[in-house]
Amino acid sequence: MIEPNPKGEVWVFAEQEDGQLSDVPLELMGRARVLADQLGVPVGSLLLGSDVAPLADRLVSHGADRVYLVDDPLLAQYQTNSYAKVVCDLIHKHRPQMLLYGATPMGRDLAPRCASACRCGLTADCTDLEIGSHEDRAAKKTHENLLMQIRPAFGGNIIATIVNVRRWPQMATVREGVMPMEPPDAARSGEVIREPAGVEPTDLVMKLIEQHRRPKRVNLKAARIIVAGGAGVGSRDNFRLIQDLANALGGAVGGSRAAVDGGYIGHDHQVGQTGTTVRPALYIACGISGAVQHRAGMDQSAKIIAVNTDPDAPIFQIAHYGIVGDLNVVLPKMIKAVKARS
Amino acid sequence: MGYRCVVLVKQVPDTKKVTGKAMNDDGTVNRAALPAIFNPEDLNALESALRIRERYGGTVTVITMGAPAACDVLRDALYRGADRVILMTDRRAAGSDTLATSHILSCAVKHQGEFDLVICGRQAIDGDTAQVGPQCAEKLGIPQITYVEADVELNDRTIRARRGVGNGWETLEGPLPVLLTVTAEANVPRPPAARRIMRCKRARAPIEMRREIDEADPDAPDDQKQAAVEKRCEELKANGLLIEQVGLDDVSADLDWVGLRGSPTWVNRIQTIVLTGSGYKSVEPTDEGVAAMVHELIEDHTIG
Repeated sequence: MIEPNPKGEVWVFAEQEDGQLSDVPLELMGRARVLADQLGVPVGSLLLGSDVAPLADRLVSHGADRVYLVDDPLLAQYQTNSYAKVVCDLIHKHRPQMLLYGATPMGRDLAPRCASACRCGLTADCTDLEIGSHEDRAAKKTHENLLMQIRPAFGGNIIATIVNVRRWPQMATVREGVMPMEPPDAARSGEVIREPAGVEPTDLVMKLIEQHRRPKRVNLKAARIIVAGGAGVGSRDNFRLIQDLANALGGAVGGSRAAVDGGYIGHDHQVGQTGTTVRPALYIACGISGAVQHRAGMDQSAKIIAVNTDPDAPIFQIAHYGIVGDLNVVLPKMIKAVKARS
Repeated sequence: MGYRCVVLVKQVPDTKKVTGKAMNDDGTVNRAALPAIFNPEDLNALESALRIRERYGGTVTVITMGAPAACDVLRDALYRGADRVILMTDRRAAGSDTLATSHILSCAVKHQGEFDLVICGRQAIDGDTAQVGPQCAEKLGIPQITYVEADVELNDRTIRARRGVGNGWETLEGPLPVLLTVTAEANVPRPPAARRIMRCKRARAPIEMRREIDEADPDAPDDQKQAAVEKRCEELKANGLLIEQVGLDDVSADLDWVGLRGSPTWVNRIQTIVLTGSGYKSVEPTDEGVAAMVHELIEDHTIG
């Protein structure tokens, strides 16, 4: 266990695969910057892998003051045990005050392993991170400058703020797309600090037998306009209407979990807590009830249009424009109106 | 060959059925309004273990940490085919976060005996953290394979498992013992078997037995009641129907690392989600209504 270090750095785990940085650490870096500036400490980034030194520049331009580079052939492939060992060794050596990871399959595999080894607190799937204080009434003590780890809980029906007062570093994972990615600043400078991996071949207990990656068929995060269909669309064939409106608007097609589970559209198009989090300029929700897990993935959209036959559907609570009606009637009207103006 | 599987399960409120009545006015959860269920992905974990036993032989032991009411999920596990079920119950464990929970559960796993696989559901539907599995693996000092989405292959002391990685999958090979976390994609859990329900519905933990005896004969002296509990438990045990029960002291848990005070993370605040629903512009589902909306969106450069 590590003594809490209020001068400790704010760290971001820089997830990468095959020499490509994931978007999440870059998104997290922006928030890490805000938190670190408030605390008056540097932002550090942990970059593990083999031949990954060229990625350090990008981390610096997105906000890292220091990149702890652990470059070793034994780290070429992610593995729980080897990566956790490196991360924990660095934590013991440098005593950061917080460590943020993306809540990706890698992050969710690695973070709890590190938290357990360091005997520190970890909060998963945070939707917001702030600096705040916590009053411990039982011990009659107020702790300041803590990381407030905010996340939905209880099936998404409540928002909980979690704190970790002394089992540091304070660890948290954040899903992709939740924090906006700030533009990089090539003028920024930072240090690259090479650290030894301290990993032996015997630490690699797993062997990768086979791997299958599918490139994503749609880039929802980059779409300015998304037309999404839900259970109300009714069938895979009828999803053509959603596609037609998306085409007319130059937008991308999205779907709720219900639509994906129903086979109307592929998982790559899923918007929501277990799909992709999006913040387009315009989100048109057609036949989507607006369950909290779906809302979590799109409620930051600049403008939301909801089309649903049920006036009590929760989606209307977050919509800017609401049309209570049948999407089979309304969508053709929208397509007509858009085409008439262009 | 035979593999000793230990499955970690949790009884959770059915968060998918939350209605307005589920939250009290002060923001706390009205647990009485929510039915308690077997955490869905833990059923997949149990199914994985049962399939391993069917294919390779061995035993399936199920452990849950919870209040005595959690015996319901242990009975459910018996109905589906578990060989041995254990309740870890102790008031001092209340308020445990994932780190404290994984400490207690890993002590319970070590206490129950040798094992080859520890199998967990990926995550519970109340906490939604997916942390307890990997944290238990670290505490048990064994490797982990998370997000297992298919049947595993075992060969002597080697396991092969396919895990989902978001935009694809990978197959890993590793040594036993190992901890797996299993997703809903991995299998379809078998239902309880009628024959097993008939046989195992009498299964009880000592604490449940004590409550039944208290209710049946509240005025009897304590040592008489205790003797009755022990006798009934002996009978159940002889029939393979005793739900084993352990507390923190039985499994040598470190009390500094359990319960609320032993947890690194604490709840600072809880807010119920209240949607104000005041904001939307109502649009008629007519040509005119829709055209007017589209016009506005073009004017403010949202479209085009």
